[in-house]
Amino acid sequence: MTDMTFGAAPARDDVESVLARWWRTVDRWSVGAVLALAVIGLVLGLAASVPLAERNGLAPFHYVTRQAAFAAAGLGLMFWLSLQSPAMVRRIGVIGFAGAFAALCLLPFLGTDFGKGAVRWYSLGFASLQPSEFLKPFLVVFCAWLMAAGFERNGPPGKTLSLLVAATAAGLLAMQPDFGQAMLTLTAWGVMYFVAGASLPLLAGLTALTGAAGVFAYTRSEHLARRIDGFLAAEVDPRTQLGYAADAIRQGGYFGVGVGEGSVKTILPDAHTDFIIAVAAEEYGLVLCLFVIALFLLLTLRALARLAHERDHFVRLAGCGLAALIGLQAFVNMGVAVRLLPAKGMTLPFISYGGSSMLAAGIVMGMLLALTRRRPQRDVTDALEGEG
Amino acid sequence: MMRRAAPEPAAPGAAAGAGGELALFERPAPPDARAGGGHGAGNGTGHGAGQGAGQGGEHGAGWAPDPDLDDAAALGGARLADVIAARSQGRDPNAEAARRRRERERRRQAELRRRAQWRVFMLCGVFLLAYAALAGRMAHLAGSDPAEPGVMAAGPGFSAVRAEIRDRNGAVLAANVPVWSLYARPDEMVDPAAAARGLARIFPDLDEKALLRRFTDGRRFLWIRRAITPAERLAVHDLGEPGLKFGPREARVYPAGRAAAHVLGGASYGKEGVAAAEIVGVAGVERHFDARLRDPARAAEPLRLSIDLRVQAAFAEVLDEAMKRLHARGAAGVLMDARNGEVLALVSLPDFDPNRRPPPPVRGRPDDHPTFNRAAQGVYELGSTFKPFTAAMVMEAGLAGPDTLVDTRGPLYWGRFRISDFHRMPDQMTLREVLVESSNVGTARLAILAGARRLQDFLARLGLFEPLPVELPEARSARPLTPPNWSEISTMTVSYGHGISVTPLHLAAAYATLANGGLRVRPTLVAGARPPGEEARVISAETSRRLREMLRAVVTEGTGRNADVPGYEIAGKTGTAEKPRTDGRGYDHDKVIATFAGFFPAHDPRYVIVATTDEAVESSGRRPRRTAGWTAAPIVAEAVRRIAPILGMRPLPAPRATADAGGAPARAALR
Repeated sequence: MTDMTFGAAPARDDVESVLARWWRTVDRWSVGAVLALAVIGLVLGLAASVPLAERNGLAPFHYVTRQAAFAAAGLGLMFWLSLQSPAMVRRIGVIGFAGAFAALCLLPFLGTDFGKGAVRWYSLGFASLQPSEFLKPFLVVFCAWLMAAGFERNGPPGKTLSLLVAATAAGLLAMQPDFGQAMLTLTAWGVMYFVAGASLPLLAGLTALTGAAGVFAYTRSEHLARRIDGFLAAEVDPRTQLGYAADAIRQGGYFGVGVGEGSVKTILPDAHTDFIIAVAAEEYGLVLCLFVIALFLLLTLRALARLAHERDHFVRLAGCGLAALIGLQAFVNMGVAVRLLPAKGMTLPFISYGGSSMLAAGIVMGMLLALTRRRPQRDVTDALEGEG
Repeated sequence: MMRRAAPEPAAPGAAAGAGGELALFERPAPPDARAGGGHGAGNGTGHGAGQGAGQGGEHGAGWAPDPDLDDAAALGGARLADVIAARSQGRDPNAEAARRRRERERRRQAELRRRAQWRVFMLCGVFLLAYAALAGRMAHLAGSDPAEPGVMAAGPGFSAVRAEIRDRNGAVLAANVPVWSLYARPDEMVDPAAAARGLARIFPDLDEKALLRRFTDGRRFLWIRRAITPAERLAVHDLGEPGLKFGPREARVYPAGRAAAHVLGGASYGKEGVAAAEIVGVAGVERHFDARLRDPARAAEPLRLSIDLRVQAAFAEVLDEAMKRLHARGAAGVLMDARNGEVLALVSLPDFDPNRRPPPPVRGRPDDHPTFNRAAQGVYELGSTFKPFTAAMVMEAGLAGPDTLVDTRGPLYWGRFRISDFHRMPDQMTLREVLVESSNVGTARLAILAGARRLQDFLARLGLFEPLPVELPEARSARPLTPPNWSEISTMTVSYGHGISVTPLHLAAAYATLANGGLRVRPTLVAGARPPGEEARVISAETSRRLREMLRAVVTEGTGRNADVPGYEIAGKTGTAEKPRTDGRGYDHDKVIATFAGFFPAHDPRYVIVATTDEAVESSGRRPRRTAGWTAAPIVAEAVRRIAPILGMRPLPAPRATADAGGAPARAALR
């Protein structure tokens, strides 16, 4: 009867294909947002990187072509990672962490600074590689594994171990020096620690202590006070990068000065990386900026919302860490451009030019998509056992 | 969650239902998982199933078989009662224990999950807020007006305007002239070495090496000159260096130069930008009226002072000549409108050029520095010029009249103090003669007669105990020095102007009050002051009239004879006070402050004039003469001779002058 009405029950070998299940369980909104960001990045690159290419004596679209290749690689990596199971993600994360950590340790011996003062890169001839970009997602996964293990009965002291790992990595980053990445790493760890159930009085106490220390330093140190006042001052010296960025945003207004009409890209050396949002604001106006902000917010909040119902500690922790990583990095990048935060060099994921940045963003989002795929969460069991 | 399922197969009865439901979702239950963990993850047949198996393998494999043993051992003692109870009811105590354990673990996990869920939502809130702030800030920036990059904004920080200052007749005392500032942008320089060499040639006080060092040390901005002349600008232009730039700004200039230097004070640059600079008053009325002068709304309206530039310049010249002739250390002069307190001239020597205000003194006596205002800032013991105050007080109190006889036998002793007169005097004199001959002994006796309280009240009502409310920051801090412990001897010495130090401007204001019919005036430097009303009365009009007549007599027949100018009816009083020694021990006998304070014309005073010299010596006679009659009084005569015509005063016809003042013209002619 049932067979007659609904067709025969699917045979065992007639199981859903890998791609079909991916499409069914993956967060399609997030995938769409990532694709949109990558396209915006390429379009902005058309505007922002041309003057730089001309300055460096390269073909006008040299950087755009490369960025397209990076984007293809990054999105491919993301897709492949999003196919993996959480266990596989964990394995990749742990192995990747070992590799990235080793690469970071060897930087002082094998890396180059490209004349920028900080040794952050490996030169591969055709391209350069920044291991710290790759360290972040793998570190988050590794720490999440440690913390999740800590939840088990008789498990290892995961939170403490993960703090050691994160602090060591942050210390290595700070030695480069790259305080922005170090802060980002520690903050991502903090987010995981928070979700893993850090005691709230402890967190509140730490926050209060940090605030008190800041106020104390502000009142006692004239130097620091001047720095803070300079940051808080309504007016910024218009001849600094920040000044140009703020001016570009003002110039753009709500709808921009028009495609290709902007001028900030010819002035700012980092127009195609750290200050890409200023180029976007000048040429396309507030509209595009708000759209980009919305896309990043969508990525972060959708991931977090899905993870809130997750039962598995590792998946929840790693997912929150990765979501925080992408959300924070985008926030810091744009916050610097609008002077919400003090200057820190950080790329805008998927939009800024750069191979390492693009691949790392692909890794973060790939793992995050893998972890946020819909899986059975024993909701019926919970309902039957009478709990929420 | 898997480990909860581990004892499941062993749990019979009541636990079976729950186990069955669990199996719905967690098909690869632990026994299977342990057996086929690899198979679940490896064969990839079902993602969900493989997933579950992977987890199960991971979590369950380690200790799933153990807890029964562990817990049984651990709980054996504690739960003995339970075991017995279960046995007695025919149930399996191990199963009971497992059920309880499972329940506990389930609650713990649920609790953990709830907390984590709540925290993830909190995290969402934090991100939402942060991104909202970002979007808000972005929108705020996008909505605000752009500033031209590369050029520092001209005005938002400060106002570069400053109103002019003019004298009472409209002559310009302070004005602004457009000039250029010179600054360098070393990063735009073509040839720093040539630029440094050229600048050192144009501005000889610049050091070529120091300039070059600053051009090449990596800085991107450097001020070179605050204000340069057109000729200098042309010369710098001719260097052809693009890294040397000019910024427009205004310079404060004082066309009158040294005249009225102490009144005007001076100005310097405050906040400086490339496109403009703020001019800030540093002293004098420039400082006092700084806010008003910088008010953009009143920039077009000049500040009109009560100063008369012509009078000021003439008085300064007279004082300057006298200072040189008398080898004085300094001199000060005040000319004030007796009726409303407007100051027409305020001179302090040595003076300075406010266009190039000298740096403040670092050593030496402060009043030797040119920027020190002796007329309004310096407090001095002004000697016998105080006697008219004592006379006015006793007359006002009804204790004496001009012809009342006063005991002037000297010297007068009080404790170890001895009060004597400058020269031998008769044993009894009228009050009028006490003033005319300037008897210390007589004045002191009158003060004792009246009492300390009356004297203090009277001097206070004349404003001699308080800093003057005049529009000079320097004067407002010049508090008169009075005896810290007021005893009878203080009353005596203060009555003839010793033991009390005030500024010459205090003295001028007090004389104006005595002379104008008795209404207290407050000195002012701004034109348009109103005469005081009846509420300001200090002495009666009758006392004022008697005093005028007595002080006129001082000039016609007493110590002030050298101050007389025919036709102008000068009245006044001399005062010679020894200066306190710098080491603080007593007084210096051959260093005096000599003062003449007076007014003219005596029958209806228009102007009060005060002249003071510091350490002046008149040496034309056989012996050096230091008394005010020989130093300050002739200055006043000369000053009035020059100033009165400027003020449009005609000399009174001779008969009137002679009738009023006896043989004065003859004496003046003798001089």
